[in-house]
Amino acid sequence: MNFLRQVMVVAAKDLRAELRTKEALNGSLAFALVILLLFSFAFDPTGDTTREISGGLLWIVFAFAGALILNRSFARELPNDCLDALIAAPISGAALFLGKALANYCLLLAMEAVSLPVFGIFYSVRWTAQLPELALVLLLGTWALTVIGTMTSALTVNIRLREVMLPMLTYPMLVPALMGAMQLTMALIAGTPINKENVMWLKMLVGFDAIYTAVSLVLVETVLVG
Amino acid sequence: MKEKIVYGLGAIAMLILVRDINVIAGLPEEMQQGAIFKIIFFHVPMAITAMIAAAVALVASVLFLITKNFRFDSLAVGVTEVGLAFLAGNLVTGSIWGHVIWGEWWAWDARLTSALVCWILYAAYLMLRGAVEEPTQRATFAAVWSIFSFIDVPIVIFSIKWWRTQHPQPVFWGGGSFPPDWTKVFLWQMLAMVLLACVMTVVRVGQEDAQRELDSLRRTAHAM
Repeated sequence: MNFLRQVMVVAAKDLRAELRTKEALNGSLAFALVILLLFSFAFDPTGDTTREISGGLLWIVFAFAGALILNRSFARELPNDCLDALIAAPISGAALFLGKALANYCLLLAMEAVSLPVFGIFYSVRWTAQLPELALVLLLGTWALTVIGTMTSALTVNIRLREVMLPMLTYPMLVPALMGAMQLTMALIAGTPINKENVMWLKMLVGFDAIYTAVSLVLVETVLVG
Repeated sequence: MKEKIVYGLGAIAMLILVRDINVIAGLPEEMQQGAIFKIIFFHVPMAITAMIAAAVALVASVLFLITKNFRFDSLAVGVTEVGLAFLAGNLVTGSIWGHVIWGEWWAWDARLTSALVCWILYAAYLMLRGAVEEPTQRATFAAVWSIFSFIDVPIVIFSIKWWRTQHPQPVFWGGGSFPPDWTKVFLWQMLAMVLLACVMTVVRVGQEDAQRELDSLRRTAHAM
């Protein structure tokens, strides 16, 4: 099997398992709704200031709700020693990682595709004004979330205090990407196009994705096999 | 013998520091900022020392992953702890300066935020070590995390170039200038800080090595 096919097999396996139970997806969606609800108490949901910071709120929803999907990525392989079987399978760690990351990416995008319109309705935000640009930011930001989340999920799968360590590792590492995604989303929702002022954030998002994907692919074998 | 040299160097570093503080106190006040400007003699060397520590931790982590020699793991954890202390000093001195000049303890600009994130990432490194029981796995995971964290360091360094920040542009790198005798004091401070960091790291690495030996003896005793 060539590399790409191995990746697809792992991704299809993960997606199939998730679509049969839908446990992570449902949990994540419900959690996204709860966070949106909680924000409405913290900020006046119809106020102009809230609309200005809404891009930031959106990414907090994605990052927190997405963590529920990413947490499960490697942990779901623990019962029946499935993880050992996966590691023993004749595929590279990079293929396993990329397959899992792709599956997570699809699930995260699905969660975002549902929460985005709900967010638009609850906070009366017109997010469709610059849809292609927003979609680009969503795709790039979500990939950053996916790579870091999948990697920390692999790092913490076998350690003590997994639930404590995972957010402690994931969120600080994500800060540059989240900052970029938030700034761009805020600008796009407010009607400002991507211009000379904020294109730096887009470049950083692309750079973040490229660097962390490359480093993860190199190091994941070490993490899984030792 | 090695211990005597290390503590001797430590004493020299402290002597240079005391001397520098004396000299710094005697320097004239800066025209616009007054006496508080002199905090730069601590703030900047601490930052540079912390960055050097992060780079050493990166090299040690990579070498550990290649060789699986635990001495590199000891070096990585020792230098990370020392770097964390220096970065904390950097953040605190910066905060004191900000309180006087800006009237705020903290400003959320790219420089300050990225330095804080850097600190949290390396603190997470130490937490991660605490959470993994098995020594080889602990060292491997920690090394991987150290490499991941280091990617954030260039963002900290270049943040003042990439974004317009509230943090001042650097004196040596951003077109500012220092009178020659101030530069001399600054370099002495730099030497003192780096020397101090080296001594602390060597002591800490020795402790880490002793701890590992103790653990392996305990395991042997259990096995018998």
